[in-house]
Amino acid sequence: MKKENQTPVLELKDIHKSFGENHVLKGFNLQLFKGENLVIMGKSGSGKSVMVKCIVGLIQPDSGSITINGHDIITMGQRELDFLRTQIGFLFQGSALYDSMTVRENLEFPLRRHKDKIEDFKSTEQSVQDALKSVGLLHTIDLMPSELSGGMQRRVALARALILKPKIIMYDEPTTGLDPITANEIIQLMRSIQKEYNTSSLIITHDVDCVRVISNRIILLVDGINYAEGTYDELSNSSDPQTRAFFKN
Amino acid sequence: MKKENSLITRTKLFFAEIGDMTLFAGRFFRELFSPPFEFRELIRQCYNMGIRSLFLVMVTGFILGLVFTLQSRPTLTDLGAASWMPSMISISIVREIGPVIIALICAGRIGSGIGAELGSMRVTEQIDAMEVSGTNPFKYLVVTRILAVTLMLPLLVIAGDTVALFGSAIIENLKGDVSYTLYFNKVFDALSFSDVLPATVKTVFFGFAIGLVGTYKGYNCSKGTVGVGEASNSAVVYSSMLLFIIDFIAVFVSDIFFEV
Repeated sequence: MKKENQTPVLELKDIHKSFGENHVLKGFNLQLFKGENLVIMGKSGSGKSVMVKCIVGLIQPDSGSITINGHDIITMGQRELDFLRTQIGFLFQGSALYDSMTVRENLEFPLRRHKDKIEDFKSTEQSVQDALKSVGLLHTIDLMPSELSGGMQRRVALARALILKPKIIMYDEPTTGLDPITANEIIQLMRSIQKEYNTSSLIITHDVDCVRVISNRIILLVDGINYAEGTYDELSNSSDPQTRAFFKN
Repeated sequence: MKKENSLITRTKLFFAEIGDMTLFAGRFFRELFSPPFEFRELIRQCYNMGIRSLFLVMVTGFILGLVFTLQSRPTLTDLGAASWMPSMISISIVREIGPVIIALICAGRIGSGIGAELGSMRVTEQIDAMEVSGTNPFKYLVVTRILAVTLMLPLLVIAGDTVALFGSAIIENLKGDVSYTLYFNKVFDALSFSDVLPATVKTVFFGFAIGLVGTYKGYNCSKGTVGVGEASNSAVVYSSMLLFIIDFIAVFVSDIFFEV
C-alpha cells in the first residue's frame, strides 16, 4: 500500500500532547496512504485515543502538525474543519449513537448540513437505506438504539460513519466488548466496506485477530512515541520481546 | 493552614466557574445570531419543556391558589378585611409567588433534565460524535435548549398564575360566598400594568438562568456516570440560588421604574 512517490492522505508530524504533568504523546509521527489499513497498537493509556481525537480536532495537540489531504487542521478555521470532517468517518469505541433518536434519525443527522457535499447524492432516504444495507441492518431502521444489541449498535454506528462517503475512516477499538463471533462479523464488515468505498482506514485496536486480518501496516505506540513499525508478520516475528508481546493471544 | 488553603482553593474554583459560565453565556449569544439556525430542534425543545411541563405547573398553581387563600382567609377575616382577599391574592401571586414557585418547579423538572441529558451525552461521546460529523453541538444542543426555556417559562408562569387565581376563586366562592364574577372583577381592578409587566419580564431571566445553568453543567460534565448525577443535581441547586438572586435584582430594578 505504501508507495514511495505517493502523498499521504493523513500525516501527523511530531505530535506532543500533555495533560498537566502527564505527557501522553511525545513526538508521534504517522502517515496513512490511500486505500491502506493502518493499525495503531499500544497499551491502555498509551495515548491512542488521544492521538485519534487530535486528528479529528476534538483535542488540540500542544505542538506538531496534522495534515489531511494536504490541509493543516490545526491552523484551520471552524467552518473549514467542519467541511473536512465530512471526509472522515469515525467509529467510537462505545458506538456513541444518539439515544434519543431512531436509527433512521441517527443516520439522517450528518446529512442535514452536508448532503450537498456527497458526489452522487440521490435522496436522504436512499442514502440512509444504502448505508444500512451495507451493514446488513435495513430492518432496524425505525428502532431505537436501546432496542439493538451491542454488535448491532456498532454496525449502525459504522453505517452512520459511512453515510457521508468519507475518504478516511477511523475505528477506535471496533471489536472491544464484543463476543468473538460478533467481533469477527465487524472485522469482515470493515474489510468489505474498505473494498466497496475504497477508503483509507486508521484502526486502533488490541485485538490480535483483527490486526492479523485487516492490517496492511502496524505502528506500535509506546510511551508516546513510535516504538516499532511494520507488517503483521514482521512485528509478530520480531526479535524484540516487547514488540512480540503485543501479538500474544 | 490546610483549612485556609482549602478555602482559598474553593473560592478560586468558584470564581473560575463563574468566569467559565460567563464565557459560556457569551458563546450562547454569539451562536444565537449566526446561521445555520436549528428551528426544528427549537420547536421540539419548546414542546418538551413547555407542553410537557404544563400539567405539573397547572397542578402546582391550582394547589398554590387553594392553599394560599385558605391560609390567608382567617387572618383577613379577623381584621375585617375579607373583601381584600381577591386583590391581595392576585397581587401576591402575579408579582411574586407565582413566578418564583413555578420557576423553582421548572428548575427541578427542566434544569435537572437538561443537566442529566447533556451530561450523559457527554460521557457516552454523543456530543463528540456530533462534532465529528461536522455539526456544531453547541448550537444544536445548548442554544436551542436555553432559548426554549427562556421562551417557555413566561408562558408557563402565566398559565400557572391563571390557574392559581381560579383555585383561589373556588375557595372564596365556597367559604366566603363570593361570586366568580365579583372575584375576578376585583382581581382585574387590583392588578395594574406595573404588576404584570415586571413580573413577566423577570420570568424571561428566570428561564434563561435555568437553561444556562442546566446546559453549562451538562455540557461540561466529566467523571462518568457520577458526573451525570452531579451535573443534574448542581443544575437544580445553582439555578434555584440564581433565581432568588435574579428575583431580588428584578424587584429592586422594577421598584425604580414602577412605584410599588
